[in-house]
Amino acid sequence: MSGPNTDYDPVEVAAVSPAELEAARDAALAAIAAAADLEQLKAVRTEHAGDRSALALANREIGALPPQARKEAGQRVGQARGAVSKALTARQEVLEAEHEARILVEEAVDVTLPTDAEPVGARHPLTTGAELIADIFVAMGWEVAEGPVIEAEWLNFDALNLGPDHPARTMQDTFWTEPADHHVVLRTHTSPVQARTMLTRTPPIYVVCPGRVFRTDEYDATHSPMFHQVEGLAIDEGISMAHLKGTLDHFASQMFGEGITTRFRPSYFPFTEPSAEVDLVCFVCRGVDSDQCRTCRGEGWIEWGGCGIVNPRVLQACGVDSERYSGFAFGMGIDRTLMFRHGLEDLRTLFEGDVRFTTAFGSEL
Amino acid sequence: MKAPVSWIRELVDLPAEVTTEVLTDRLTALGLKLEGIHAAGAEIRGPLVIGKVLTKEPEPQKNGKTINWCSVDVGDANGTGEPQGIVCGAHNFEPGDLVVVILPGGALPGGFEISARKTYGHVSAGMICSVRELGIGDDHDGILVLPPDAGAPGDDVFGLLGLDEEVIEFEINPDRAYALSLRGVAREAALGFGVPYADPAVRELPAPDGKAWEVVVDDPAGCPVFAARLVSGFDPAAPTPDVIKQRIEQAGMRSISLAVDITNYVMLELGQPIHGYDADKVAGALGVRRAHEGETLTTLDDTVRTLASEDLVITDDSGPIGLAGVMGGATTEMSATTTRILVEAAHWDAVSMFRTGRRHKLTSEAGKRNERGVDPLLPGIAADRVVELLVEHGGATAEPGYTLVGSAPQRSSITIATDLPARLSGIEISAMTTVENLRAIGATVTEREAGTIEVLPPTWRPDLNDPYDLVEEVVRIVGYDQVPSVLPRRATGRGLTRTQRLRRRVGRTLAGAGLVEVVSFPFVGEATFDKLGLVADDPLRTTVGLANPLSSEEPAYTTTLLPGLLEAAGRNLGRGAPGVALFETGTVAFPADNGPAPIYGVHTRPSVAELEKLDEALPLQPQHLAVVLAGERRRTGWWGAGSDAAWSDALAVVRRLAGELGVTIEVASANRMPWHPGRCAVVSIAGVQVGHAGELHPTVCRAYGLPARSAAVELDLDALMAAATDVAPGPSFSTMPLAKEDVALVVDAAVTVAAVEAALREGAGDLLETVRLFDVYTGEQIGAGKKSLAFALRFRAPDRTLTEAETGAARDAAVARAAELTGAVQR
Ligand SMILES: [Zn+2]
Repeated sequence: MSGPNTDYDPVEVAAVSPAELEAARDAALAAIAAAADLEQLKAVRTEHAGDRSALALANREIGALPPQARKEAGQRVGQARGAVSKALTARQEVLEAEHEARILVEEAVDVTLPTDAEPVGARHPLTTGAELIADIFVAMGWEVAEGPVIEAEWLNFDALNLGPDHPARTMQDTFWTEPADHHVVLRTHTSPVQARTMLTRTPPIYVVCPGRVFRTDEYDATHSPMFHQVEGLAIDEGISMAHLKGTLDHFASQMFGEGITTRFRPSYFPFTEPSAEVDLVCFVCRGVDSDQCRTCRGEGWIEWGGCGIVNPRVLQACGVDSERYSGFAFGMGIDRTLMFRHGLEDLRTLFEGDVRFTTAFGSEL
Repeated sequence: MKAPVSWIRELVDLPAEVTTEVLTDRLTALGLKLEGIHAAGAEIRGPLVIGKVLTKEPEPQKNGKTINWCSVDVGDANGTGEPQGIVCGAHNFEPGDLVVVILPGGALPGGFEISARKTYGHVSAGMICSVRELGIGDDHDGILVLPPDAGAPGDDVFGLLGLDEEVIEFEINPDRAYALSLRGVAREAALGFGVPYADPAVRELPAPDGKAWEVVVDDPAGCPVFAARLVSGFDPAAPTPDVIKQRIEQAGMRSISLAVDITNYVMLELGQPIHGYDADKVAGALGVRRAHEGETLTTLDDTVRTLASEDLVITDDSGPIGLAGVMGGATTEMSATTTRILVEAAHWDAVSMFRTGRRHKLTSEAGKRNERGVDPLLPGIAADRVVELLVEHGGATAEPGYTLVGSAPQRSSITIATDLPARLSGIEISAMTTVENLRAIGATVTEREAGTIEVLPPTWRPDLNDPYDLVEEVVRIVGYDQVPSVLPRRATGRGLTRTQRLRRRVGRTLAGAGLVEVVSFPFVGEATFDKLGLVADDPLRTTVGLANPLSSEEPAYTTTLLPGLLEAAGRNLGRGAPGVALFETGTVAFPADNGPAPIYGVHTRPSVAELEKLDEALPLQPQHLAVVLAGERRRTGWWGAGSDAAWSDALAVVRRLAGELGVTIEVASANRMPWHPGRCAVVSIAGVQVGHAGELHPTVCRAYGLPARSAAVELDLDALMAAATDVAPGPSFSTMPLAKEDVALVVDAAVTVAAVEAALREGAGDLLETVRLFDVYTGEQIGAGKKSLAFALRFRAPDRTLTEAETGAARDAAVARAAELTGAVQR
């Protein structure tokens, strides 16, 4: 390697001669253009722009030139190297883009391959159904009340105006815990929750009580010893059947669709007076050409539950001033509601635990 | 209650255009709910006509039977006017008799299509019918022979046999017991269409003189009114007139004999149960008293009944001769030789009737009415009506004398504000409408001070006692369809409670973890616990028992949710599922043994202390959460091999849930059935056990038909939710660079990962950010009885980049502490 030599004539230094530089540059540019892939380009880079390339050599020779010649030679070499470097970068970008495009094509997969490695879970429609109902009422400013499943006889019956001789209190209808003279039952309805609410809170009261209840019914397609109810209770000044109707109409339309309303028929429940049965406009046929309808069996209406104005005797037992306040109450079966809402034929499918049944409700809100 | 339409129309003058359907719609709107409309002949398709038997040729058959080859004149009904040839197997008729013939093309009940068919060597063109074939009776005695004056051959018989008669079946609610009679149904029909109504109970009665029969009522509270009448010269062979027989049968009762039929007919007509005695079998005065405990009585159904001291009985000199108001006794029963009939109609205490009915498991038409409450003015009226019919149809003579003991209990009147119906219904109901409607149901209304009326309910409405009862009466006549729909506007609730929101979160977390929710019955028995492998004194075997379980195998409320889940898991696998992951949340119960729950009065609210007593008597009823994982948990696929459920999956579910709720749990090994003794974890929160998780014991897997290695969890959900984080403190963390150190430590196989990890943590000091086990190795390289645990330690300082020296020192300190506490040796 030459050190600075002031005696050299720059033009005599071959490596930095314009002709040599031009030739080296052109050879480099041609090689770059000819590089077909990144591999070849890498070799070209080494050969034409690497430490041992002609242009690198020329660059080093500049230092050996006399000072007066360095500037011009430096410019020439710099221009040649710049052109090669630029061409390398440009070619590199082109080849990288080509390479990536090819890789992306090669990496294509069959997106229809299954991806079901992880098991799918679901909550039970009785749970989501009760939550849907609760949400409808919570949105109206009601609260959700709960109480024990195994309940005191007084709360399950007496407080609700089901006197000692009410037929429901016999062994034929109610599960009694042992010993039977301890007056403890599996609650037969969620009404004791209403009683508990009245006993522990002061009006206004607006609560809905979903829950599990028991009756000594033999298990078949339409009966179960355990089922689920939702009851509602409103106690306030000036409550009337109109408010009951308004609330149930709203509930019905939220649950079954816009335009689904209810009708009342006189009935009897010890808890309420006046009492009514609630029917629902059939949400399938909407009462039009009902004859063909399987859901309402030609009635145009579906029996939904019971309701009425809370009997003042109940208010009295629960410490509510019946002169100042009146109330309404309603109740219906959640299981039954789900059965006709989803067209279920057999109540027992709710309690069998077959995952195919439950996961079918996975799309439910 | 079944009411023939023609009978209703006889009592109330309904406009002709009121069809049965219009009538039932209106009555349903008034509170008599339609169960169904039946017509005896609904299943019969004609031609069904009168035939006159012309010839009857008996023809013995090879099978020993004799059939009759008949020619029957059916007029023009067959289109030819020629006699019809019919084969008949019955013999109870002769040529000249009028019979009922169904012609080819017709159909009898049960879809029995009639055609001309070849049988016994003849073409039989139709059939001569029995009452049974027509579906109007159970008579086996052969074909129905009509009276000679029934009509002409070829006449249609639908009307004649009442086959076109519609019968309405109502569901009668407890407050409408008066509608268990035609009197009541007709009253509602009149009310519904605003037409006149002739009350069949309005009768001229003789003055009571006590001379029909001597009656001594010892218990006027149980029997406020007792009426007795006597007839003699009754013809026990006299037939029951067709109209009475038909109506009794249409109402769903059986025709027995004229005398019995008349008492039933009058009960259906007026609603008053009546009993007839063979007066010649009654010895001495009739008495009414409570039974002596243990006394026996043979009732009409030939059952010997042991009486209780609460039962009301009718006695004569011989002792009890009837279970009052429920069923008569056998010794004084009317028979085929009875000519003197003692007629009893009494008003009974409804509660006594109900209790006696239940005690003796007796449901009779009489008991049904007596226990719901009958009009106390009816006894004398009904007895008089029975006498009238016995005279008219049985040739009897009414004996003079009318015994009437007691009188109808006084009713108190109800004071009600005239605007109460409007206020409670939300309908605009004027004071005038209120008064009119109350009068329409038979109440006596007296106007008091402004806006208030005094209402004396009619005697047949024992259910009307409160102002609200009257409101229902007023509003049902105005029409429930008039109630407007108005949303209450004052509800200002606080949304879901903490527990309710947490419970939803638990369910969603578990479903998100691939578990399917199950709802199962909570009934268990000893066999259930045996199947779980619980020892004899396991606390879970101490259950809340049921006094009247549906199945004697499962007589208790469950203490664990696992049995239901395990059954469901087995069911799913049995139905072909490769794996199943289930969860359930629900109530379990543990006895409280705090004595009985009190029964309080209902006129005032119980005190706070009294309410607490109720709760104390109830079993403990925590909410539990259980999980069962069995078989394939992660699927095998093109991505590689899947895996089956294992003990670790059970703990993963627990940890995921704890993480979701922000609960710190501790896990330690435990030995608890139904889990594998070496693969069971007890889960604790702040040192308090809340449940178990792990692999199920192999015997339990086998018992439920689950694959080996199936896993399960059961936790006290209440405890878990109670510990949930309400307000999570905001975390603070450093953004300085992370320093990584991995260490492999060899320990005895028995040393737990948790112990080593805790030691590392302790030794590493404050610079340690996380420590995580990433590998476990056992094998020759480290020797038997040892295991190598590989931990990733991650260090970070809050304020600076850590130097290699600092990180190394922290790592060495961690390893040193692990060596000290667990005997760990770094590899
Ligand atoms: Zn429909």
